[in-house]
Amino acid sequence: MKVMISAFVAALLIATAAPMVLNQFGWSSAEQTSAESVRLD
Amino acid sequence: MKTKLFSAAILVLAALLFNPVWAQESPTVDRTATGGAQTLEDIMRRQKQLETDDSFRSENLGDPANAAPITDQLGTRGGVSDSDNWRSIRYNEIDPTTQVRGPAAEVLIQDGGMPWWKLREGPMITYGGGAILGFLALLVVFYFVRGKIMIDGGPAGTTIQRFKAVERFGHWLLAGSFIALGLTGLLTLMGRSFLIPVIGHDAFATIATGSKWVHNNIAWSFMLGLVMTFVMWVAHNIPNKLDWQWIKAGGGIFTKGHPSAKKFNAGQKIIFWTVMILGASVSLSGLSLLFPFQMPMFADTFAVINSVLGTSFPTELAPHEEMQYANIWHSIVAFVMMLAIIAHIYIGSVGMEGAFDAMGNGQVDLEWARQHHDLWVAEVEAKQGKGGSS
Repeated sequence: MKVMISAFVAALLIATAAPMVLNQFGWSSAEQTSAESVRLD
Repeated sequence: MKTKLFSAAILVLAALLFNPVWAQESPTVDRTATGGAQTLEDIMRRQKQLETDDSFRSENLGDPANAAPITDQLGTRGGVSDSDNWRSIRYNEIDPTTQVRGPAAEVLIQDGGMPWWKLREGPMITYGGGAILGFLALLVVFYFVRGKIMIDGGPAGTTIQRFKAVERFGHWLLAGSFIALGLTGLLTLMGRSFLIPVIGHDAFATIATGSKWVHNNIAWSFMLGLVMTFVMWVAHNIPNKLDWQWIKAGGGIFTKGHPSAKKFNAGQKIIFWTVMILGASVSLSGLSLLFPFQMPMFADTFAVINSVLGTSFPTELAPHEEMQYANIWHSIVAFVMMLAIIAHIYIGSVGMEGAFDAMGNGQVDLEWARQHHDLWVAEVEAKQGKGGSS
């Protein structure tokens, strides 16, 4: 059961770290659609 | 006899094929009363979702060669009017330029949105949800008819190691993330229909935002678990002749004897390959959805299918259509996976005595192992020396 619990915790840790890691590589959906947009303001 | 049946089937198919009822050709419509514009009949046919010949609009895009002289009323606008331009946009016959550099910015109109939305809100929820509920009901009936599969003669009392810690970690990483993905996916698909009427828009908005975060981010755990389990177990899941014997015996579910099996029996191999193939597919469509417009896959996939099967799936897809196909495919594959995993959870928990231990603490009862995986036990014992239990 310890292995099961640690796998669940690992899944949560990966989920928490994923957005930060993706941002580091520039893999954000927001980045992809707005970085090169022309802004008039 | 078979030839006669075959001929009769061909005849019926041919009759159906050439039946005028199937041919929904658009009737010729007199549009002189509207000056060539659409008529009430056109509108009514579209509302009834009948085939309509739109060429009177799609080909009426103006002609610069027919530009009126500058002295005339429309002279400065050339031979293409605003209406012509809007029709060009509507039928994707325009070559627009835009300052927006987003990947789908040059698509001004695409009309796949409503069919996608109707499919998602209608049949996808009805058949997908119905399949899950129906399957759960079937399992309940099965449980009461067959009962729990017990260890014949009772447990031996000694155990044998079935799975190492790393194998169980990979399994639970995959399983835990899949359950989270399944639940949050169902919330995303069905929440609007079933939760908003009960808890209201504000509460659902919070749940939906949380679901989206969990679904998007825990997907990486699922993919890691998928790779881990594939690497660890693929060698044990190559089909062989023994599997056919196991299938012919129905896995011993309704008989007293247990068919022979190595580390994984045919039923487990079916689950393994279902999870691997559908898991890879749901991951790919999920990545396509996770990074909108960055990973279009369906036009290329359709091209391959067309070249192999001779079908005529569309190979020119707007970026939004790619997303719509990815979304629908993602849901279909996920529902099939959920059905397979519900069956897997059942047999690995309440359906069979001693089965959960394999993934619980990795140690299974020796008698259970001998009854369900006799050849695997023999292999392990041969390696460890006779009587080797742990």
